[in-house]
Amino acid sequence: MNWIKIKNNEKINLNDIPTLDIDDLRTEIISFVSVDKMRPLAFFGKDWGRGQVKLFTVLGDDKGLLYVTSSLFKAGIRSYESITQVIPSFHIFEREFFEEFHIEPLNHPWLKPLRKNQDKYPFFKMEGDEIHEVAVGPIHAGVIEPGHFRFMCNGESVYHLEIALGYQHKGVEGLMVQNPSNQLIESVAGDSVIAYSLAYSNVMEAIKGISVSNKAQLIRKMALEMERAAIHIGDLGAIAGDIAYLMGASVFGATRTLVINTMLEFSGSRFGRGLLTLGGVNFDIDDEKIERALKTLNKVETDVSRMVKTMLKNSTVMSRLEKTGTVSTERALEAGLAGMAARASGVNIDSRFDYPDRWIKELGLKKEEFNGTGDVNSRFCLRYKEIIESISIIRKIFKKLKEYKNEPVNSGYEVLNKENSKDAFVVSVVEGWRGEIVHIGMSDNNGALSRYKIKDPSFNNWYGLALAVRNNGVSDFPLCNKSFNLSYSGCDL
Amino acid sequence: MKGFIILSNIIAVMLLPFLMTGIIRKTKAFWGGRYGASIFQPLYDFIKLIKKDFVVSNTTSAVFRLTPLISFAAVITAALFIPLISGNAIIDISAGLIVFAYLLALGKFFSCIGAMDTGSSFEGMGTSREACFTSIVEPAFFIIMGSVMALSGNYTFESLSKITENAGSYGVLIIIFAVLALFLMVLIEGCRVPVDDPATHLELTMIHEVMILDNSGFDLALISWAAGIKMLLITSLIAKIIIPAGSPLYALYYLAVVLLVSVIIGTVESSMARIRMSHVFEFIFIMSSFALIVMSLTAARVFGG
Repeated sequence: MNWIKIKNNEKINLNDIPTLDIDDLRTEIISFVSVDKMRPLAFFGKDWGRGQVKLFTVLGDDKGLLYVTSSLFKAGIRSYESITQVIPSFHIFEREFFEEFHIEPLNHPWLKPLRKNQDKYPFFKMEGDEIHEVAVGPIHAGVIEPGHFRFMCNGESVYHLEIALGYQHKGVEGLMVQNPSNQLIESVAGDSVIAYSLAYSNVMEAIKGISVSNKAQLIRKMALEMERAAIHIGDLGAIAGDIAYLMGASVFGATRTLVINTMLEFSGSRFGRGLLTLGGVNFDIDDEKIERALKTLNKVETDVSRMVKTMLKNSTVMSRLEKTGTVSTERALEAGLAGMAARASGVNIDSRFDYPDRWIKELGLKKEEFNGTGDVNSRFCLRYKEIIESISIIRKIFKKLKEYKNEPVNSGYEVLNKENSKDAFVVSVVEGWRGEIVHIGMSDNNGALSRYKIKDPSFNNWYGLALAVRNNGVSDFPLCNKSFNLSYSGCDL
Repeated sequence: MKGFIILSNIIAVMLLPFLMTGIIRKTKAFWGGRYGASIFQPLYDFIKLIKKDFVVSNTTSAVFRLTPLISFAAVITAALFIPLISGNAIIDISAGLIVFAYLLALGKFFSCIGAMDTGSSFEGMGTSREACFTSIVEPAFFIIMGSVMALSGNYTFESLSKITENAGSYGVLIIIFAVLALFLMVLIEGCRVPVDDPATHLELTMIHEVMILDNSGFDLALISWAAGIKMLLITSLIAKIIIPAGSPLYALYYLAVVLLVSVIIGTVESSMARIRMSHVFEFIFIMSSFALIVMSLTAARVFGG
């Protein structure tokens, strides 16, 4: 067996992972991705001592199984034939691996800096009388994170956009190994607090063998959907604001506040910080809070639906949204887009359903397809659809919670068993609002974390944004950007 | 009498531009479900900016420093030729139209080269957009004004109010299309939605705002005042066309028109999205087509009898 097949959040022994020769690994990956339509979820190295580097690969088949294998680079081997030349979606993974371990993927078509050496970024150059370059950032006018965008424009239309990131690189993966905590992981990407905290909790609970009560699991799931609804509503407002549609910006802004204030009631933080902890959640929910939340959600659903319908009827709004920033299905597959951005382009992936937990069945949830064309309008409508879905999932969870009324919400740390947590390897895939968040934890032979790997959906999707703005007006860039709303911090780590 | 005209026009130019902006913002706040700032806020902002020092980028030359002064001087001089609240202009000469249009053009020319002077790619982009749109607006403006004035025989702005008497049966149509075209011109020259978005912070989408990114303090105050005056002047032309000549309550009607135009602008901004940049031309050509309709109607009146 060249690969070990595991389930989401399943603990395996690190030594059970097969080790292949790098050339074999490359052939296997190429055949799995191009023939079996698997997607790379992680492709990262770990220092293996004495100058050796072990390369781990996790592929997802989107049917419930994760395929894991590895390859060892002996000391002195500093290159291998790149996978990107055949499978373009690997470009960012190979760049990351190269930057961290200086093992060069040969013939990589796009071996540009990812998180380090921004001052030496080799931008493409374009020449001609009508050609001009517009450089934006890394310091922006708004209150957003730093990133450098360089537009190569032909008059008003963008020929190519290069995105140079890494200004937020702070070594989160290293910090996680030194001092893992929910507080740290919550602050990696401030708009995906619950999703990050959940992925981390899944990994650590699997490694340490901590059990979580049904009630706590449901509260976590509810919080994840609340986060999805809140961010999507906020982004609908941001899209409306960017096209100067004032009414949309106001209504969505006000509605988002209702959702995050409900989170405030549940957890003491509008973004759900401090809600999740290893072994469960920190705050219990009583019937009174549920009643209030249900009332608020009804109002949210009505307001959002009414506003979205008004906007979709407004011709000036539609002329801005339709056929702007299009990423075709082929391009989305090729670039390996993840999550919401991929779904909007007609790639039907959703890790909530592709790697289901028991609640998907118990709550009777079904994956509903979305036939998107990949433009801003598709992303707009998809967000609306997901808001409505999230609200209905939350309602079902509230109903289900009644069955587990008397369960504790936190099992505590006492179950920690050091013997079991040695040499463990766990992959956790959580569908945050932006897409699949992959966390991988490995422990050493003392049971302590020895490697923590994070993959945010933004990591895949930034390139999708660059594809989206090609041949669009440069003034439509902010709109495209908002429709993706990618994380700088989650990508830079 | 002359003293009264001068005094009232000066007061109008000093206060009304800020009030217009204030009323537009208040209207937008109303539609957005907010209380919004006081309608005097633009005036307070102006006073605050006047007191502030300015920062000048060291890549710029003297052109950048002169630009706000020249643009402002051009606009304020242009204001002399337009009948404001009193119904009379301070200087009412035949063919004042041409002086007026080219004073505005002079101001715009300087604001363009001032923006280019900073060497910023954003400002270059904004300049190219502004220059491009202006080149379509200007001929349309000449056609409308020229046609409407042709009806009265002497080409002065004050004669605009005689349009109702002179146009005969075509009068209503000419007034409707001329006013519509001028209203579009207010939106375009005033940099309002759907052409431009004065509230945005996104440099890539800006037109007018991006050209003044580098200006601050006193310079910025002059520029914002000049922009307000420009909006007021075109609104005054609308008022002059609508309000019948020799009306004793001219000042009151005038203020009503200014208020109405501001509220309509605020409502338009609240109810529609901004047009895609590549479609702005189509929007501006609406103004041109209205101008051509006005011209045809006038020709029918003058030559057809």
